[in-house]
Amino acid sequence: MTLLHMAILIPFFSVPLIPLLYKYVHQIHTGWFVMVIPALLLILFASYYSMQQPLDPVIYSVPWIPSLDIHFTIYLDSLSLLFVLLITGIGVLVVLYSIYYMSMDREKLHLFYAYLMLFMGAMLGSVLSDNLLVLYAFWELTSVSSFLLIAFWYHRKRSRYGAQKSMFITMSGGFSMLLGFIILYVASGTFSIRELIALSDQVSQHSLFIPAMFFILLGAFTKSAQFPFHIWLPDAMEAPTPISAYLHSATMVKAGVYLVARLTPIFGGHQEWFWTITITGLITLFIGSLKAVRQSDLKALLAFSTISQIGLIMTLLGIGSIALNSQYSGSSLLFAGATVAAIFHLINHSIFKGCLFMMIGILDHETGTRDIRRLGGLIHIMPVSFTLTLIGAFSMAGLPPFSGFLSKEMFFSGVLMTSRNLDSWFIVIPIIAWIASIFTFVYCMILIFKVFTGPYQPKRLDRKPHEAPIGMLISPMILAALVVILFFFPNWIASTLLEPSVKAILPQAFANGEEWHVHISVWHGLNTELLMTIGIVILGTLLYKNFHKFRNMYEIIPSRFSLNQAYDSGLVGMERISGMITRFYMTGSSPRYLSYLFVFLIVIVGGSLFLQDAFVLDLSDNAPIELYEYLLGFTMVAASIYMIFTKSRLISIIVVSVIGYIVSLFFVIFRAPDLALTQLVVETISTALFLLCFYFLPKVSKYVTPVKFRISNAIIAVGVGLTLTLIGLTAQGHHLFVPIAEYYKDSYTLAGAKNMVNAILVDFRAFDTMLEIVVLFAAGVGIYTLINLRHAGRKDQ
Amino acid sequence: MKFTDVFLQTSTKILVFIIMTFSIFILFAGHHNPGGGFIGGLITSSALVLLYITFDLQTVRDIIPVDFNQLAAGGVIVSVLTGTASFLFHVPFLTQTFTYVDLPLLGNTELASAVIFDLGVYMTVIGTTMTIITSISEDEK
Repeated sequence: MTLLHMAILIPFFSVPLIPLLYKYVHQIHTGWFVMVIPALLLILFASYYSMQQPLDPVIYSVPWIPSLDIHFTIYLDSLSLLFVLLITGIGVLVVLYSIYYMSMDREKLHLFYAYLMLFMGAMLGSVLSDNLLVLYAFWELTSVSSFLLIAFWYHRKRSRYGAQKSMFITMSGGFSMLLGFIILYVASGTFSIRELIALSDQVSQHSLFIPAMFFILLGAFTKSAQFPFHIWLPDAMEAPTPISAYLHSATMVKAGVYLVARLTPIFGGHQEWFWTITITGLITLFIGSLKAVRQSDLKALLAFSTISQIGLIMTLLGIGSIALNSQYSGSSLLFAGATVAAIFHLINHSIFKGCLFMMIGILDHETGTRDIRRLGGLIHIMPVSFTLTLIGAFSMAGLPPFSGFLSKEMFFSGVLMTSRNLDSWFIVIPIIAWIASIFTFVYCMILIFKVFTGPYQPKRLDRKPHEAPIGMLISPMILAALVVILFFFPNWIASTLLEPSVKAILPQAFANGEEWHVHISVWHGLNTELLMTIGIVILGTLLYKNFHKFRNMYEIIPSRFSLNQAYDSGLVGMERISGMITRFYMTGSSPRYLSYLFVFLIVIVGGSLFLQDAFVLDLSDNAPIELYEYLLGFTMVAASIYMIFTKSRLISIIVVSVIGYIVSLFFVIFRAPDLALTQLVVETISTALFLLCFYFLPKVSKYVTPVKFRISNAIIAVGVGLTLTLIGLTAQGHHLFVPIAEYYKDSYTLAGAKNMVNAILVDFRAFDTMLEIVVLFAAGVGIYTLINLRHAGRKDQ
Repeated sequence: MKFTDVFLQTSTKILVFIIMTFSIFILFAGHHNPGGGFIGGLITSSALVLLYITFDLQTVRDIIPVDFNQLAAGGVIVSVLTGTASFLFHVPFLTQTFTYVDLPLLGNTELASAVIFDLGVYMTVIGTTMTIITSISEDEK
């Protein structure tokens, strides 16, 4: 265990402590205590960052399940450092913001912060793990905590719906990702990402390499809300706004981006990787921005803009991966520029989107609504909020002097690179990107001007709006300040964070040690990129002014065919089908259930006996059968036949006991006193039990069972008897293995017990016994609950 | 259902003690002779069932105020904890051990950790059996 391991585990350890603090400290908002954790972690991780030189990768490994090749290995390089700084840094700000956002009296703060810490630990774990399976475990834990946080106000139907939807989509992607990881393991024999990168040539030879790539991408795309899996993110907006700012824009949805970046060295050289990521990213970018424009809920607008912006980052990562393709090795460093843009935009997006979400939260908090149609003219009432929103939105629109301008320009050079260096028809990519950017500009303008300018409508607001308290404004202020600082001093992070991150994403492209440095400058001269931005501003302003004329174009596709509709009807259909299947065999009749069990016994055991041709009859070893043994055997057979035909329940109980006592007599004859004793007592007690149950059973009715049913039961009964007899005889005849009995003979020296049976039960095979008593206990509790608590639920209704 | 059978009641009062003593003997004898926790538990249960049949549920509950559900849970816990004790000696889960000790009155006696494990089995068996039987017999239609 090192300090870094502890850093991941500290948020988890804090989870049980938070409810205690909430319960016993009433004067202070729980958030103040919680804020200490991300703040400490931020300081810890920041100590790894140096302004002078990039971080040398740090590796710490703790064996966890070595036999399965699972090690809790932490790999901290610039790429992971970037993510942990975002997670902890924005974490501090979000917790600070939530202190003012979440009311201490009304909300279940202990759950809120416990889930939040669970998420933070999981997120740190997934970006720091080098072992794919550990990464997967943390990855799913982020989905779980996201589920809990979306459903935080679980009394709302929409919250539960959104939580379930996000869980379904991200977890099914997670499963497919696990499948991909397992294929990688099969191909390489290791779960370590570093070792996989070293073995990437060997891994790519495997026949399932391309399927593994798609399985893993499915996981990344579902998590990062890429088309067509983006539908969960707008519904996830039911979460409290600090959560939307943290999980659903700044950190968790970036996990897919992280995974794509982290695994690019393994897959990047393949065309499929480039095509899938670039095309998915472009579609997502386009659709996200198109849909964001028409939203009237501010949070939904931001959700679609998040989808679109992550699509943008994905597109850039896809284009950047060309650098690893051997066909373009001459121009590989050009394409690395796209990866720089991806990472830079990822940082910018986390910052300005976090800021914007917090601003929307403030608007919601102060005015009581997020509906654009009800808001307007707030510029005089909330001037600070206006300024902060303006900074965030202009940065998102890609306007100077905000950091978004820089990464947007780099994005344009990235997409233009494809048409300049690859085939000329790749010009489609910059065109789509450009159109999407126009829409991005439009929704940014909506965000500012529909809310803060125009007519002020106090009558349509639930409460009288006023400027937010200073505590709530601190976090977005810091983020907004960062947006401006990064514009003027982008090179503070260029050589120490961006450059080594890109080298970690595209290690093979830099293998020959060529000099390559990232330098971001504001002014490149009057080039195509700048012209594109100017075009966006002009066309975007026109579109914004005349937007009402274009509204109808959204009606072209009827809502019946939307992806959400497909998801909903798919869910209903699946429930119906599984209900049909279950109702088909779960009839509630115990004779029916028993017949299933017995039919399967006959088919599987008897069938394999027949198919393997395993039946052997070997009576040579048998001892002679004595007269009284015959006598006991025949009595047993006679008793069982009599039991079938008797009409009285009392008699059948007695006959069953007779059979049981004869079995114990057999144990006596074959010199097994332990078994005989046990069988005797079991018989006694079960007879008492039978009699008790008998008291409750209805009298044997005159109802005559249909002949058909009796015949099928007779066939099953004979089949079971036959199968078991044949198995018994075969077991007697076969000698496939050396019997284990020899080992138990030493019970006195090994276990100090003269009773071999008991030594087996409590020593040699004590694990079996332990589980057996657990099962026995579970059965007892089951019966207790069934009988004593069966009316408990009905009282509530 | 209450019987007022004097013969049954009188003989039960004596028999129960004999059966109980025998069951505890069986529990500890199991290490070297036929017996063990499972059989011991069942015999104790049968003594208790005999009590229930002779007297009514409420009377028996007053005499033996034991929550059988808790007894069963306790048994499982005893068994599992006996298993985890082996971790203290860096040996695999459920490794049992035994030693010979000179005890007053009993002389040279073997003490085996397996017997504690068996005690857990004994408790679980009694607890579960009696939970099931009392649940069913208490149930009203």
